[in-house]
Amino acid sequence: MAEEVAEIKEKKEPLFSKKNLQVLKDPLDDTNPVSVQVLGICSALAVTVQVKPAIIMTLGVLFVSAFSNLIISLLRKGIPGRVRIIVQLIVVATLVTIVDQVLKAFMFDVSKQLAVFVGLIITNCIIMGRLEAFALGQKPWPAFLDGVGNGLGYGLILIAVAVCRELFGAGSILGFQIIPDWAYEHGYVNNGLMVLPPAALFLIGVYIWIQRSRNQKLINVS
Amino acid sequence: MHSNKYTFIYAIGLSMLTAVILVLTSQQLKPLQEANLALDGKRSVLKSVLVTSDEDKVIEDSYNGSVEEIVLDSEGNVLEVQVEDVDMKREVAKDVSERQLPLYVYTEEDGSKSYIVPMRGVGLWGPVWGYMALEGDFNTIKGASFDHKGETPGLGAEITEPFFQVQFQGKKILDDNGDFASVNVLKSTMKSSIDSDNRVDAISGGTITSNGVDDMIKNCVAPYLTYFNKLKTN
Repeated sequence: MAEEVAEIKEKKEPLFSKKNLQVLKDPLDDTNPVSVQVLGICSALAVTVQVKPAIIMTLGVLFVSAFSNLIISLLRKGIPGRVRIIVQLIVVATLVTIVDQVLKAFMFDVSKQLAVFVGLIITNCIIMGRLEAFALGQKPWPAFLDGVGNGLGYGLILIAVAVCRELFGAGSILGFQIIPDWAYEHGYVNNGLMVLPPAALFLIGVYIWIQRSRNQKLINVS
Repeated sequence: MHSNKYTFIYAIGLSMLTAVILVLTSQQLKPLQEANLALDGKRSVLKSVLVTSDEDKVIEDSYNGSVEEIVLDSEGNVLEVQVEDVDMKREVAKDVSERQLPLYVYTEEDGSKSYIVPMRGVGLWGPVWGYMALEGDFNTIKGASFDHKGETPGLGAEITEPFFQVQFQGKKILDDNGDFASVNVLKSTMKSSIDSDNRVDAISGGTITSNGVDDMIKNCVAPYLTYFNKLKTN
């Protein structure tokens, strides 16, 4: 579906024009859904104990946000204004249910690990927020890119936090041991706090701190 | 502004379309999901006797090679029923005398047997279930495995973690007089008159789930004692 849209678009404006690239890149930094807009924090706290579920959750949210944006954008002229939130919800819920079913069929252990969180993608503010703020008023291709960008922006935080938590909490990344045995023999111990939910909150806080000290645009000068 | 008629037709049309899409996906994926569930059940049964593997094939083979499934009635007679046909959810709600009781018998290479009791109960947000393996003395717990549908990760969901399950190993279900005492899941701070052989520590922050596990063990293990006593006297 994305290719068709791209062809129509190409006549007027290149596929990755500066504007479109901006739409894709902004959520990674300037308008990051988690660290700047502070959305989707709940799942970021919960699924970042290990890198693997964080990656799968990212893929789930990426898929849902990209395609719900695309579908809503394609339907945007026909959606009756009075029921638009319900229409958005139906589209998101359908996509999430499909993700859930596919995980249960092909990645059963991951689906058990993510448990309720896959279902809760429906309530992830990032997705409804992008539909309402962007997809309803934009052409399909930029809307798709916006969904991908926001999914990636969300995933960036999730994976950054998960890497820290798994490395310091369990000494491994993706299940492979990184901290060598001799470190443990010389008295190194895994940080138990890292596997608990509060650690994710601290780490996101640190991330926001670093991001703001680097990116002057984010500092509120009023 | 769209008319009311348009809005209605649009809403109904979209609902029907998404319903059809979901039904098709669900139907297509069902066989795979059911196979996963069946394998997961076997994995949990083996986990309760401390046999674990990441390989699906190994699980399948060791289950088929060493586990025997039987279904009992409340008087300890073996029934002509398949374990798959017993709906645990319905059985645990019935009166003990009317229940069908599935039992898994695991035979080790040296010939010693473990008796694995399936359990089902309720946690905070949904069902919890598990398997408890008893050694040949029908008293000592060899191991236990628990699982849940939707308990909170980090709190109630901790019942699936090894640190909780490992506590059950070596505990007893009978007291010194040979009466059923169950394994009580208690807060560690609670000074208890219950013997340390008959209790394990609950999950902090997961009290309702822990209580659910406690009730589940009491409700599901006790009915098997008739059969166990029968085996003991023979």
